[in-house]
Amino acid sequence: MLRKDLAVNVFESLRPEFDRLKKRYPAGFESSLVLPCLRRIQEDRGFIAEEDIDGLTAYLGVPRIQIEEVLSFYTQYRRSPVGRWHLEVCRNVSCSMRGSERLLGHLCGKLGVQPGETTADGRFTLKTCECLGSCGTAPVMVVNDEYHENMSAEKVDELLGRLR
Amino acid sequence: MTPNRDARILMTFPVTATSHLLSEARARGQYVALEKALKTMTPSEIGKEVTASGLQGRGGAAFSAGRKWSVIQLDDGQPHYLCANADEGEPGTFKDRWILENSPHQLIESMLIAAYALQVRHAFVYMRGEFSGPYRRLQAALDEAYAAGWVGENILGTGFSCDIVIYRGAGSYVCGEASALITSIEGKRGYPRNRPPRLTVRGLYQKPTVINNVETLSNIAWIVNHGSAAFKAIGSPKAPGTRLISISGHVAKPGVYEVEIGYPWKRLIYDDAGGMLGGAALKCVIPGGISTKVLTGAEVETLNLDPAEVEPAGSSMGSGGMIAIAEGTCMVRLMQVMLRFYHHESCGQCTPCREGMGWLHRIIDRIVAGQGRMEDLDQMIHISKLQDGNTICGMGDAAGYAVIGILAKYRHEFEHWITTGSSLCEGRLECRASS
Repeated sequence: MLRKDLAVNVFESLRPEFDRLKKRYPAGFESSLVLPCLRRIQEDRGFIAEEDIDGLTAYLGVPRIQIEEVLSFYTQYRRSPVGRWHLEVCRNVSCSMRGSERLLGHLCGKLGVQPGETTADGRFTLKTCECLGSCGTAPVMVVNDEYHENMSAEKVDELLGRLR
Repeated sequence: MTPNRDARILMTFPVTATSHLLSEARARGQYVALEKALKTMTPSEIGKEVTASGLQGRGGAAFSAGRKWSVIQLDDGQPHYLCANADEGEPGTFKDRWILENSPHQLIESMLIAAYALQVRHAFVYMRGEFSGPYRRLQAALDEAYAAGWVGENILGTGFSCDIVIYRGAGSYVCGEASALITSIEGKRGYPRNRPPRLTVRGLYQKPTVINNVETLSNIAWIVNHGSAAFKAIGSPKAPGTRLISISGHVAKPGVYEVEIGYPWKRLIYDDAGGMLGGAALKCVIPGGISTKVLTGAEVETLNLDPAEVEPAGSSMGSGGMIAIAEGTCMVRLMQVMLRFYHHESCGQCTPCREGMGWLHRIIDRIVAGQGRMEDLDQMIHISKLQDGNTICGMGDAAGYAVIGILAKYRHEFEHWITTGSSLCEGRLECRASS
């Protein structure tokens, strides 16, 4: 995943893309662009910074509180950076029935961190998450937005080896 | 009902590396129904066909699609909106993902027919934020359909125009609830709204809006192609058609299976899904997402997958998200997983749900920590009943059903943990036979 330097003005670099996005919505739907714009900003920066909120508030003409509320409500938005590889392990019913607790324990041991923490070298952030809609291939984990299904301790070891 | 209950509407082709592409979808007859609808039928004729088909919502509530559509006044001079609900967040449910990834043109074609029938200029697919793969598939299919002139301005030269936008959520279970979904598309927190007014009267941006589940919508093209009588001939009279059942848990072959309504439950578990892992005995089944009440293995043995049989047994087919649970699985720990989830996902608007989920979660955690009290169990039922019907959306009710359903059948496991401080099943969630 591309992580631009914090000094780069992410919002300005995305403005042409947002202009195109706006055209796909009916007139008067500017408020609807809050979620897609935040997603796009996070893809580039890795999280949502104060200046992104400033830029988006002015660009969409929505109250700043609306953006703040969205950021604190939806679990996928982040207000601070995560490690280069963001690992999320589902722990809902079907995954826990197929070994997600052992999988999470294995990851904690391998990485030396607890869920919610980032490794000292900044490479891995480990988190738990709720149902990913992939119960037929449980246990499932997400690595930077990509699903990894039918996971096992062996597959985790192989995966960690590839994530540099 | 067809003799062997083997009718298929959605999973009619083998999935290959290219079967999702427009060229192959066309070869299977996709977009024939759209042309038929736009060129030979009026919007109200399509609405009447859908009503006559008896198609019911596949997201969980099983409300009549035709009745929902019929609220829209075609000549009211207002914009109308259509949203396909692809939020698919009910634990155990992954059937819509099959359509999004493998048959995206079936959804797109059906949405366009629905948009024409409801006189919609702008339609949305609200897709859960985690679905990156399904999003890429559906967006690529939309790009193909736009390029071929099936979507956008003046479709097939008929003067009908409709754009479809995929709107991605950002990690919120409650946004699968129709009014929360709409509030989310408006760029706000996904808070459910009080009814009335119904969303078909005042929905997205205060305009009449129809929200249908992905699977529900995907049946529309078939109904237009074959007619409502042919659709009614499949399934059972009160619940026509097929259901996509996503089965997971302790079965040998988890996955999505299309079954005709009325299909024998045993056949799905033991033939299609390959039976239980390592030949384990079936303890119980969660029929349609964790918010539906659990049925024991013995109850399921004789039932067919028909609401007319599942509902009298005290449960519901819900979202089709079926979880098969092997003998030896600890129901206390399983409920702990569920209540942690509900507590995490409560949007916080309504006191009974916001507080009740927290209470339930803390009580179950306390029981598992060996500090439970016998009165906790009645307290959990009391809290569950307090939530039922007293919240804006159905999430409060749903969590209560899960609690009441499990306690009704497995109370002795909870009592054992409270009395002895440990699980009757060694706290096991995984299948004994497989580990």
